[in-house]
Amino acid sequence: MTAIENMQAADPELDIERALERRQKMLAIAVPLGTAASLILLWQIGVRLFAVPTYIAPAPTDVAYTLVDKFPILLANFWPTLYESVLGFVVGNIAAVLIAVAFVHSRTVERAFFPIAVFVNTIPILAIAPILVLIFGPGLTAKVVIAALICFFPTLVNMVRGLQAVSPQALELARILSASKSEVFWKIRLPSSLPFLFSALKIAATTSVIGAIVGEWVGADMGLGALIIDATFNFNSPLLYATVFMSSGLSVLMFATVSIVERLVVRW
Amino acid sequence: MPSIVETQATPDGTPTGPIAASLKDASVKFGSFTAIRGMSIDIEEGAFYTILGPSGCGKSTMLRLVSDLIPTASGDVSIFGKSTEEARLAREFAFVFQDATLLPWRSALKNVELPLEIGRRRGIKLPIGNKTPRELLKLVGLEGREDALPHELSGGMRQRVAIARALVCQPKLLLMDEPFGALDEMTRDHLNLQLLKIWEETGVTILFVTHSIPEAVFLGQKVMMLQAHPGRLREVVDIDLPSPRTIEQRDTQEFVQYSAYLRKLLETC
Repeated sequence: MTAIENMQAADPELDIERALERRQKMLAIAVPLGTAASLILLWQIGVRLFAVPTYIAPAPTDVAYTLVDKFPILLANFWPTLYESVLGFVVGNIAAVLIAVAFVHSRTVERAFFPIAVFVNTIPILAIAPILVLIFGPGLTAKVVIAALICFFPTLVNMVRGLQAVSPQALELARILSASKSEVFWKIRLPSSLPFLFSALKIAATTSVIGAIVGEWVGADMGLGALIIDATFNFNSPLLYATVFMSSGLSVLMFATVSIVERLVVRW
Repeated sequence: MPSIVETQATPDGTPTGPIAASLKDASVKFGSFTAIRGMSIDIEEGAFYTILGPSGCGKSTMLRLVSDLIPTASGDVSIFGKSTEEARLAREFAFVFQDATLLPWRSALKNVELPLEIGRRRGIKLPIGNKTPRELLKLVGLEGREDALPHELSGGMRQRVAIARALVCQPKLLLMDEPFGALDEMTRDHLNLQLLKIWEETGVTILFVTHSIPEAVFLGQKVMMLQAHPGRLREVVDIDLPSPRTIEQRDTQEFVQYSAYLRKLLETC
């Protein structure tokens, strides 16, 4: 204990350096937080000053009040959307990874199906959502399929690139070791594709939420998307804003989860 | 014990000791381009060969030919009496690239273990070395860094991991393609000495491609000088310097003479 104190006392320069570093870190957090707080304050003042009706634009305090007051309703609608998003995320990404593997193994398969994948990707998700609801009905399936569809393409493209991003020398090494095709895949191709996969998963983490909400718009009686439609038609702006806030929270939650998993898995 | 094979040269210069690798009138073509034409040489078992030559003389191509990465257009290559493919499947040889080519997600130890994991399930009989991966890392001076990931190691350390990986199946022939080319002078000297020590301890035959004349003289018992356009063998120069080699030998008259001779020879290639 005393030894540590002595060391710190013996090196005042290091102390100053540390203090500066701490200040830098504080600033890095304080600046964006301060900016956001000021903007919210500006919004509050603007709404009150110009007496904007609540149904057009609610004040932040109204939204905050609703967020607390209607929290049970918001939460009850949060879970179905979370469920659909996660399910869509899992299904869409697994499909994309499997198809990417097929593409990398066979040029013919890639030639046959890649243009179709591109075509499907060019259809706006809002345009295809009603079709999917017609096919799969108003239940869970349609939302999961929409969320999966929106995740699918970025992951497919990134995964194909990742599986092909193996250095020629690593492949020569594999050949000298007489590695089989499956050994090359499991020991070299798949691990080296992981950084690419995670870039795609981070995109999919937020887009899957968009997919689920769009699905709920088209036809659902539960979920954040349904609540958004409901609040809009009832001119319940504070509830609408609170729901939007919850949706964004869901996206952040998904994104953070994927980022943490990435940090644990991709350590190089 | 140093396993330097006594060279009992016959009048025409071909060795009579055991042969590690043999090229007979071997040619390599890439399309219509002839990379190597009519190369014939017997590589003595246990010897340290360095390979010099101008750009485009087929130094790397020769190693790739021996290691079954590219086929012969004509002629014949054998390793310990087997075809290159049989030798590859039996792990008779190992390859060290210019770039360490470590798998970045594997620790140093796991990288050294890679050759032991491949082929085992398919029943390829792996010649298990008498040294464990851990002992090999110690041999190359990386004790205590077993769990480090490649990006946490310096360039020289990464190359030493690559050498340990090459030794794990106890190869009889070690092919090295400018392994220290990207390293600084000090690191290179250090690794040269370490490599000589490994060579003496294991008795492995080494074919070592380099751009550096001093490195070629310092390491090699024999320097193969290749000629370009098309790549072919010009001359094999015996380096008669006392063993074990030391850094100080580089300042001796003999060393300088060998270097000067090779430099002149290289200019005419």
